[in-house]
Amino acid sequence: MDRIEEKLKILADAAKYDVSCSSSGSKRQNTGGIGDASFGGICHTYTEDGRCVSLLKILLTNHCIYDCAFCVSRRSNDVKRAAFTVEEVVDLTMNFYRRNYIEGLFLSSGIFKNADFTMERLLLIVKKLRTEQRYNGYIHLKTIPGASEELIREAGLYVDRMSINLELPTEEGLKLLAPEKDHDSVKKPLAFVKEQIQQLRSEAKMIKHTPSFVPAGQSTQMVIGATPETDLQIMSVANTFYQDYKLKRVYYSGFVPIHQEHSLLPSIGSAPPLLRENRLYQTDWLLRFYDFRLDEILNAEHSHLDLEVDPKLSWALRNPQYFPIDINTADYKMIIRIPGVGRQSALKIMQARKFGKLREYQLKKMGIAFNRARHFMVCADSVVSLGTPSMETVRGHILSKGNSKYKGKIGQGQLLLFS
Amino acid sequence: MYYLFDHTFPGLLCCVFESFERKEFEITPVLEEEFQPDFFSHTRKIVTVPEKAGRVQQALLQKVGRQTALDFFKIFLSEDREAWRALFSIIQYVFRYSPEIWQNYGHPDVLYLVQTLKKVNRERHRMKAFVRFHKSRDGLYVASIEPDFNVLPLISDFFRKRYADQHWLIYDVKRGYGLLYDQCQVTEVHLMEEEHAANRRRTSVGDTRALEIPLDDRDRDFQRLWKQYYSSTNIESRRNLRLHLRHVPKRYWKYLTEKEYG
Repeated sequence: MDRIEEKLKILADAAKYDVSCSSSGSKRQNTGGIGDASFGGICHTYTEDGRCVSLLKILLTNHCIYDCAFCVSRRSNDVKRAAFTVEEVVDLTMNFYRRNYIEGLFLSSGIFKNADFTMERLLLIVKKLRTEQRYNGYIHLKTIPGASEELIREAGLYVDRMSINLELPTEEGLKLLAPEKDHDSVKKPLAFVKEQIQQLRSEAKMIKHTPSFVPAGQSTQMVIGATPETDLQIMSVANTFYQDYKLKRVYYSGFVPIHQEHSLLPSIGSAPPLLRENRLYQTDWLLRFYDFRLDEILNAEHSHLDLEVDPKLSWALRNPQYFPIDINTADYKMIIRIPGVGRQSALKIMQARKFGKLREYQLKKMGIAFNRARHFMVCADSVVSLGTPSMETVRGHILSKGNSKYKGKIGQGQLLLFS
Repeated sequence: MYYLFDHTFPGLLCCVFESFERKEFEITPVLEEEFQPDFFSHTRKIVTVPEKAGRVQQALLQKVGRQTALDFFKIFLSEDREAWRALFSIIQYVFRYSPEIWQNYGHPDVLYLVQTLKKVNRERHRMKAFVRFHKSRDGLYVASIEPDFNVLPLISDFFRKRYADQHWLIYDVKRGYGLLYDQCQVTEVHLMEEEHAANRRRTSVGDTRALEIPLDDRDRDFQRLWKQYYSSTNIESRRNLRLHLRHVPKRYWKYLTEKEYG
């Protein structure tokens, strides 16, 4: 028992820098055993850093033959090493799942011996869970770069999501910090899994029963702030990966300094770039759900996101020609572009205005961020002011009235790293 | 005029039935035991008749569809008196004029109901996440909860499908009833009166587990492992207690294994 506890401590600690936590996207049903997948995902608890815990996220082992400077488990790092046995992982997963602690298993591993040997072990675990334990809960499996296609294909038949991390946004960055790796070894398996998914999907149109293959799709992760990329570079890479590999998610992980000696990396004690990470996620959402094009938000002139205001507001301030938008007549596509109005509120507005012109007091109650939105929209009873205020004034107004959680933090330390 | 009913959903539907039968439309439905009569108030005691409630429910299904009818039931489970009043008035409106009122988010009653619905749905989702089973010596997985709203009926299907091969009991300490699953069907169970009273005493003095059940030998081990995992997966340099508390408000900690005091 004590030994298991120590292993869990080491191997959970080593896995936590992988930020992917989602348990959504799969419709796997309980077929006579235990467990099913919840399509929207369920976060079972949250740690004190505010991140959700939905999966038991562990490494099979933190022994690794690679020496990537940004990774805690790198060969040259002096940390305690441990390895779970296959049975231990199965036992932990089942017992946590049965107590409703978790939504499923997130299994990754350091690479020991070689890629295939590692991948075989991971495959053995997921197979045991699915067949011996008749477990139908969520499984997120890391694809091991360099593993053979046969192993990846077989694993895909048992898991819900697969992912493989880009680690650093650019090839140059990767050369610098992890000379043994390259982006191609990530792209190849991503492309392979994507093709398999598409192939099975087209077969499913003709054949009644095709096996489910990685039903929740693939994701990847980039470390932010370890190397000096611009936000434009980062988001361009993300955008390309969304398009080329049909990824479900790209995760941005603010670099948490883990050792002193590397001269190229931010040193221990410097805060992880949480605000920048937040802005990148906001941009990611604008691209995927708000129909923004990347060059509207980031371009050669604006290659970094504004840390003071969110990217939609920043775009609106740069493009006053689109505003104010009349919420009683504008179409959905324009309404979701108003800063402070989300998709839910936009749908409510579209429904409600069929019953009569909407007034300010009604919008205030619908759950929009009125302090931000008021400068960019007109309601039935909005006071028309002579001459439009300059966008600089609007910005000042919003910032002075707003209650940003980042108030007072901007420009302290975080920015200096990248200037 | 006040209609006095019995705090059940069929009871509320019967109020609707009676109000149409008697053509009394200026109605506020209130709970019989909560009603404080004053000198001028007229009241009518509504008896819950399943057939009448069934007819109203059928009519509702036809008028507004399955989803909205379910939403009405969910709103009822909020146990919020103001929501009950608004719900009653909106159902009346649906039958007298138009079911489209439900999309009019500019209407104060509709907006209030939509917001209540959101709260109930959130609580339902929370209970899917925050239920923590303890395994008893005889193999029953037991969990106690104290949800803000009466959401047990809304999570029953979820747990039945997911934990189909284990016996489980989820007990609502606040409302004094639970769901018991025996690998075949879910049944509603109640504690005996004196057990319930003893339970109330125990929970009010701060005992974290409401039900006293001998645990499986390995259960303590897995609780310990879970706590270990919970603390090792936290990244200290990203500490953000404000966000943490927003996601896991303190009132839920009592039943969360990883948050248990001591």
